Amino acid sequence: MNTPKNYRWRKFVDQVMRGSTVFATGCAVIPLIAIIGYVLTLGASALSVQFFTDVYQPPNMAQAAADGSTPAFDPNDPFAGIGVPTDGTAPADGTAPVADVYAGGPVGGVLHGIIGTLIITGMGLLFALPIGIFAGIYLSEYRNERYATIVRFCCDVLSGSPSIVAGVVIYILVVIRSHEFSAIAGSLALMILMIPIVTRTTEEMLKLVPESMREAARGLGAPTWYSTFTVIIPAALPGIVTGVMLAFARGAGETAPLILTVLGSNVISTNLFAPMASLPLLAYRYTESPYPGENTLAWGAAFVLMMLVLVMNILVRVATRRRAGASR
Amino acid sequence: MTMRSAMTLSRSIGFADLVGTRTRTRSATDSVNAKIEVRNFSFFYGNFKAINTVSMDIPANHVTAIIGPSGCGKSTLLRAINRMHDATIGAHAEGEMRFDGVNVYDPAVDSVLLRRRVGMVFQRPNPFQLTIFDNVAYGLRVNGMRDKKLIAQKVEESLKRAALWDEVKDRLFKSLGTALSGGQQQRLCIARAIASDPEVILMDEPCSALDPIASLKIEDLIDDLRDQFTIVIVTHNMQQAARVSDMTAFMLMNRATRAGELIEFDQTDKMFTAPSDQRTEDYISGQFG
Repeated sequence: MNTPKNYRWRKFVDQVMRGSTVFATGCAVIPLIAIIGYVLTLGASALSVQFFTDVYQPPNMAQAAADGSTPAFDPNDPFAGIGVPTDGTAPADGTAPVADVYAGGPVGGVLHGIIGTLIITGMGLLFALPIGIFAGIYLSEYRNERYATIVRFCCDVLSGSPSIVAGVVIYILVVIRSHEFSAIAGSLALMILMIPIVTRTTEEMLKLVPESMREAARGLGAPTWYSTFTVIIPAALPGIVTGVMLAFARGAGETAPLILTVLGSNVISTNLFAPMASLPLLAYRYTESPYPGENTLAWGAAFVLMMLVLVMNILVRVATRRRAGASR
Repeated sequence: MTMRSAMTLSRSIGFADLVGTRTRTRSATDSVNAKIEVRNFSFFYGNFKAINTVSMDIPANHVTAIIGPSGCGKSTLLRAINRMHDATIGAHAEGEMRFDGVNVYDPAVDSVLLRRRVGMVFQRPNPFQLTIFDNVAYGLRVNGMRDKKLIAQKVEESLKRAALWDEVKDRLFKSLGTALSGGQQQRLCIARAIASDPEVILMDEPCSALDPIASLKIEDLIDDLRDQFTIVIVTHNMQQAARVSDMTAFMLMNRATRAGELIEFDQTDKMFTAPSDQRTEDYISGQFG
């Protein structure tokens, strides 16, 4: 077979095109790898047993805990240490300098944040699940009605809207009226963000179930609701569970709506009608903090958040794969 | 148009006493009455007329085959019998489709209850992603049967009637219906359809996705079921229609209107040996279609 005239040129163009796609893909992945790498290295250094079992410690206590000394200020006196330099330098009045609160490694942990995130996100998911799944069923199984088209459009708009909007809405509707930041308000805000995700993934997954299944059930005299719950949903279950996990991951990572609704806390709180800690809020507040120890905690919180989402994803994959595997 | 349907009507009255003479399937004591009476039945998808004024009487406890080239409306007619088109937008019917004397397109008829009496087997085997047992038990549970012993008994009975019991009795609860071979899946679907004791079974080209051996098993099965059920089968395979059916309807698309029309409906023997319409003869002898 003789080589075409422009064979080398065509080969060259092919390689250039292939090279550019590979390059672009690399560019797309670099930020992701950078973020994961950064969080892993910096976050992992913050980890210790205490990190998971302890709650927030003020820097004043932190220094004391680090070298075994008594705290420079009485932690129960809100006015202690006012006007006194906290960086270890001697005060102007000649009294002895207090311990340097900027020194020392991270002290305390984020247990309150882990508990708070699980409660707030879990409750948000609990609110969003029935609404999202039933709405998804409606959109898929009764897809031809005009109302469904409207709902589908609204869902897309909602899932594309900035998360702070959900926070503002709940702030106005719940926080202002109840005169209290609360975990439940945060859950409601997350619910608003989760509903479109659960709805659309449920709808898409149900649509993937072959029409012949619905026909078979219909041919046996099964009403739509019966076939949906006995045949269609079981067949689509792995996909629906994945969608639910996506919603959980999205909710667990949200910060903006929580600032306006749960406020945050430095202690373990399980009171749903009071402010509560959460991992993204801790990461946000500790990053702003002037204390290096708290900055480290922020990386730790980010790391735990990532791991939480990753582990849940893996668990769900394993669980659904086993189900799917059994069906072969 | 009215003349032709009147002719079909008179012919359909005439066949009743003829059917009983077939030694292969019927004894002389069998009374043959029309299970399904199709009267000037037209079917539309939106503005498109898919079937034009079909009239025929489908006899009880017989096998009726509907044959014809692609696009002639035979599947549409079959699925119209148990209102499978209800979910299709714009699909509607004119005329009457009477099941035990009741027009199934009467607004008072509940399609769900109708389908419990008129079962269906589809072109592609479509078992649920459930165990073999649950697949067969599905129709029973839909009908509200809760007695576990009775369900188990019915499932066994249906699988035996569908000639599948020996192949699956060891793994009723272990294997999913979808794990069976194509032919087994189709027999499972037939077992599923007959488990809830429907009066009519509609079969939409039940063998077209199967190999010849599996097809033969299904045909044997149809032969076994003909005494208890009224079977209507759509098929592309004329040999199959000749083998399994007592009555045959031949449909053809009208070239001008593109609507399917019933050309001839008669005893299978007569249809395949001495059809009264030239077009039937042409089709059966393979000259077109």
